[in-house]
This record gives sequence, structure tokens and C-alpha cells, in this order.
Amino acid sequence: MTSAVTAAPVRRPIQPPPIPTSPFPYNKGSLLSVQDLTLEAVSHLLARASALQNMDPVVRDRILQKRRLALLFYESSTRTRTSFELAAKSLGADTTLISNLSSSIEKGESLKDTGLTLRALGAEAIILRHNSSGAPWLLEESTRLPVLNAGDGMHEHPTQALLDLRTILAHVRPGVETVTADTLAGVTITIAGDILHSRVARSNMLLLPRLGARVLLCGPPQLLPEMATGAGPGIGIERDFDAALRASQVVMMLRIQAERLAGMQLDLAEYKASYQLTGQRLATQAPTAVVLHPGPIIRGLELTAGVADGAQSAILEQVTNGVAIRMAVVERALTQAGTNGARA
Amino acid sequence: MTALLIRNGHLVDPSAGIDAPKDILLKDGRVAEIAGPNKLKAINGTEVLDATGLTVAPGLIDIHVHLREPGQSHKETIATGTAAAAAGGFTAVAAMPNTYPVNDTAEVTRWMQSPERGAHVRVYPIAAATRGSKGETINDFAALKSAGAVAVTDDGHPILKDGTMRETLAAAARVGLSVIQHAEDTRMTQGACMNLGPTSFKLGLRGMPSEAESSLVERDIRLVTELRDARSHLHVAHTSTAAAVAAVRKARRNGLRVTCEVAPHHFLLTEEHVGMYSTNAKMNPPLRSAADRDAMIEGILDGVVDAIATDHAPHATHEKEVEFENAPNGITGLETALGLCLRWLHKEWKLPLGRVLSLLSAQPAALLGLKGRGTLAVGSFADVVIFDPKAEWIYRARKTRSKAHNSPFDGWTMQGKVRWTISEGRIAHTGL
Repeated sequence: MTSAVTAAPVRRPIQPPPIPTSPFPYNKGSLLSVQDLTLEAVSHLLARASALQNMDPVVRDRILQKRRLALLFYESSTRTRTSFELAAKSLGADTTLISNLSSSIEKGESLKDTGLTLRALGAEAIILRHNSSGAPWLLEESTRLPVLNAGDGMHEHPTQALLDLRTILAHVRPGVETVTADTLAGVTITIAGDILHSRVARSNMLLLPRLGARVLLCGPPQLLPEMATGAGPGIGIERDFDAALRASQVVMMLRIQAERLAGMQLDLAEYKASYQLTGQRLATQAPTAVVLHPGPIIRGLELTAGVADGAQSAILEQVTNGVAIRMAVVERALTQAGTNGARA
Repeated sequence: MTALLIRNGHLVDPSAGIDAPKDILLKDGRVAEIAGPNKLKAINGTEVLDATGLTVAPGLIDIHVHLREPGQSHKETIATGTAAAAAGGFTAVAAMPNTYPVNDTAEVTRWMQSPERGAHVRVYPIAAATRGSKGETINDFAALKSAGAVAVTDDGHPILKDGTMRETLAAAARVGLSVIQHAEDTRMTQGACMNLGPTSFKLGLRGMPSEAESSLVERDIRLVTELRDARSHLHVAHTSTAAAVAAVRKARRNGLRVTCEVAPHHFLLTEEHVGMYSTNAKMNPPLRSAADRDAMIEGILDGVVDAIATDHAPHATHEKEVEFENAPNGITGLETALGLCLRWLHKEWKLPLGRVLSLLSAQPAALLGLKGRGTLAVGSFADVVIFDPKAEWIYRARKTRSKAHNSPFDGWTMQGKVRWTISEGRIAHTGL
């Protein structure tokens, strides 16, 4: 048994090894994370969303005529899948849907091989929804195609954050499409519910503070760990839902993701008492706030039916904005596509 | 066996306190003679190696490697793993038992040491502590020891139950074997694939709390304290958290036989190196916080860390090219350990060369009681590494001798180039 020779005075490392810079995105058309977009790029997407939405459908149909997009979905989806599909088709592109339940993925084909197969079949971009965080990065690195992240595990859902931004702007900054670092100064947005498992929450908390907004996260410790504030600047935690509502102009409600709870036990009665958005709560604490929800909503759990259908709800506006935003994102994918020369 | 004379080199043998120009004569697999420069004559048939400008040191010893044989030869074999070891300056490696089947019998232990495996350097099997490494039934340690096992562990898994660990420590002590613990309270790490913290939250990955490691180290130290009369030796594998190092430091102050090792990736990298889901930054224990990384460096500098061990864990490329949470744990390490230790511990953080080499040879040999290893005293095994301490080079994973390429250090600058590795008097590797 040897122990130390002689204990030398402890020196703190002056210079630890550097953290390498990310090689992503490999393709300029990709949208993997909201963090890959500059505010100029966000402004451009918002402007194109409006322009494409208002365009003569016959003219719009020629923008991506006969271009090929693959929708690769490892998880079920209503809104995201349909709006990506409608968006691509509105621009004249051909789309094909590959789902994990009716493809060779069931036979054990890997994500890399599935991506390479789609590329060989002529797909020019892939829209990926996947249950594993980080899957779009793997797919982009493997195929070098433009990859649009349509939700990866508990990580990000960048087009949802963009459509949420478009909805928020319409209510609190009507007419504004060019965003800067102080466009949302003075605006507080509460995101309430199952933050831990939510990719919508992560994309929003990483995007909105860059425009000057304050994001307040609200939920029980099991679903909202303290470390969440470390994700980026401008993120706070307020466990008292009523206090969070009083401070907010926008409130975004989230579903409890039963499929990701991994054995966690939740007392739903207690949860509803503390965090359910009811008509009465909304009327007393935030009578003018806009109510958002990325869907699917569970009426009677995170919010009541009355709130979902009420005058303050912008939930269906979000869905409509989803098509406009995704038209802009799909257009960008196929018109800016090309591997980053320096990084390829 | 031919004799080998190493001339004009600078000998650094920390266990003998030598740091001077010396010539060494190796004969019949043993160190025959050491003398001042040009004092030894090459007689007929003696091969001469000119070590001018080079450092001559005891062959390195890695007490924590996964050679994947038997059962997973698509990842690595004993032959390829030990070729990588020789290229990295190692002359002895201790192979973990998480093979298929698990090495929990004298038969597998002997099979691994058979000349038919084609090992390039000495392989010391570490046997499973429990049947199938399932943490329930203790194996026959006396039989495993007589077959050549140098320690017991369930590495890859912890020995979780208090009763099983207590029994393991006591039974191993009776036959003079060390118990190596993979300290992970798996009740806290279900479904987790990186360190728990702001980075795991941001990446949407389930995290392993540092307490999963430190609480089990603390539990084990409690058991060693209770078994004080048995003189059990607890060795903590791949220590990665500040709290675990602190627990070991305290146990040692209390006079307990508790030792620990640290892997190069845990004193160099942090959870930030996971980047955007790089599976070559996925291992268990995971890369931790910067504070934990700093505590590993501090533990090495102040002497509480007894050994640098690589936890060399080769995987096939296709196994790592998958979603982060689905990728297997582990990275290769045999070819990069010396270059990283010299580049960072010695050059950057000023740990004397003798101490660096001791952590890579004399101390791990002593820790597992490997007689005649980790020293160049006359009569010991002729295990020698000869390297150019000044040479800087870039590590390229695709040029590895290992079957596997899963290294986070691809493209990193290394310090110190191995010129020759000599295993029991035989040249096992010649570097350019």
C-alpha cells in the first residue's frame, strides 16, 4: 500500500483544457435549436411567415415545386406533423411520412441508416420528431442534410418556440416582426407545469429572454428542479402560481407528460389545487394575460375547459401560426441548404 | 532469451528514488544490472537500444481496463487491447470481469491468461466478486486467487447490498485480495446517462447525481471501519466526485486501507464536453462539474489519489453512432494516458515527473500487490517504457492499435512519445 510520496502544496489549475466549439449545424438549412438562430434570422423567419401566409396560394405553390421532404416521426403527433406537412405542401413540395410503427425502424434499423436511406431516396431535408434528446444532431451529422427538429425528447422544439413568439408578439407587440434584444423588454411570461420533461419549455426559455422578456417558471420541485434557472439568462422560478400570474402578461400552460414520468409519483389533486389554471384564478390574478398551451391540452387537469375556450385563450391561434412559421422554416431549409463549407 | 542493453537514457524510477543518467541491462526477462553511463558492456548477442535524450522508466500499469474477451471480440480482444496498451507505454493491465460470460470462475480467469490469447503485455485478471456480478452470491475467492486473479469487483455494477459488500470485504481480506468498488448507487441513476446538473437539464437528459457515487463510497468506508480487524482493502474505482475524494481522504487519515484511482477524462473533462450529445463523452461515472474535475486534480496533486487508471472501454463505432441515451458507456484510454498526464499533470500543473510516473506504475503495482512490477530494481521484471519526454504529437483515434475508436481525445496534443515498450525483456512496441 503506497500512499502519497510527500504532499505537495495544492495548485489550482491555471488553465484547464478548452471546451471545443460545436461543429453544428453542419447544414445552413437546418434548424436544430433556437440557439442556432440569430435575432436577424428570427426576424427573417417571422417576416417570411407573414409574407407566405398572405401570398396567393397559386404563386406560393411554385416556391418549392416538386422538392422532396421527409417527415420522420418516432413519436405520435397531431399538430406538429400536420402543420409541417401542410406547410411543405403549401409551398409545392412533396412530402412523405415515415413513422416508427410502420417502417423498418420496427425491424431495428438505426436512425443513421434510416437517414441515409431517406437521403438515397431523394429526400432533400428531413423533419424529425424523436423520443431521444439530441437525435436531430445525430441525424444531421450522419446525413449532412437540412434537419428540422420537430421535437427531440425532453430537449427542444424550436418551431414551437417560434410560433409561440409569433403569437405573443401579435398580442403584446402587434405589428412587430423585426425583433431585437429589447423587443420584449418589460414582458413577463410564465411557463407553468411539467417543465422538467418539456421541450417546449426549454426552447421558449432559451429564446424569449434573448428578446428582453423575463421567463418565470412555475411548478412543483419534482417537475421543476432549481437547476432550471441555470439553463440561461433571464430565467426565474416562482413556485407560487398566483404570484407568477400577477406578474405576467403571458401564461403558457404545459401538460403533465405521463409518458416521461419514469415512475415519479404525483398527487394530482394537490397538483390541480396549486397549479391548475381556472377561470376564477385567471380572472382574479391575470385578467388581461394571454393564455397559451402547446397542446395537446388535457381539459380539467392543467387548465379548465372554460379557460381553454375562453376569451383570453390563444391556443388555436398558436396552431394556425404553426403553419405559417413552418412554411418559413421549410422554405429556409431548402433555399439556404448547403453544407457549411468550413465545417463540412 | 536475448539480453537487452538500454544505453544513454535518463532513468526515472520513483520507487527506487532514481532520477539520473543510467544504463540498464535486461536479461532473461528481468532487470540484470543498472550502472552509470557506458559502464555496462554489450556482450555477444546483446541487443542495444540507444536512449539518448529519452526517459527510461518502469513500464506503466493500468489497473482498470476492459479487454472485452471472452465474448465481445467485435469491440476488442486481449491481443488488440494489449497492443494498444504497449503503444501507450503500459506493460501490465488489470482486466475487469464484465465479459461474456462474466469472469467469476477460475476457468475464465485462466483462459484470459493463456498464451493463446496473444497478449502483448502482462494481463492480470480481476475476478467478479459475486456470481455473474449480480451482487448476490459471493464467489470462491481462494480459487480465483490461485488461478491468478489480483482483486475482485463487480465493475460495471456496484456491490449494492450492505450485507453482500460486508461479506465481500471480509472474504477478500481473508485471502489477501483487494475489493474494487464501482461506486454507484443505481437506485439514484435509473435511466440517467450523464451528470445531473444544469447541463443535463439543458440537454433534456436524465442525470446521475454526484451523491450516487459519494454515498456508496461513504457506505463502503463505514463497512471497512466496522471490519477494521479484518484489514480489508477497499479500492474505489474511477473516482469522479469531490465528495468521494473527500471521503477517501478522511478514511486515510483515520488509518483505513482505502485507496482510489482517477481516470484522465475525470481530471481533464467536464460535463460541458458532452457538447451536442457526443457519445465519446459518455461514460460511467459520467463527466462531472468543473468543481468535481478540479477536486480530481487537487486529489492527484495532494496525494490522496493512488493511481491513474484509464477505464479503457472500447466499443464498436456503430454502437456509439446512436442516440446519446442509447449509446454504451465508455471510452478508450490506453494510448492517451501517458501523453495526457505529461501534457497536463506534469507540464501544465507542475506535478514532478517522478510523481506522475509513480501514479502510473509504482503505486498501482503496490495497490494490487503486483510483485516485481512498477520498479526497475535489479531482479524485478524487465518491464520498461522508453519515451521522448519533449516530443509533442497529435493523437489520431483512427490510427489506434485498439479495435475501437471511441476517444474524446481525438485530435488532442499529447506530450511524450513512447519509443519502446519492453515487456518482460521483449520489445512489445516500437514507436517512430
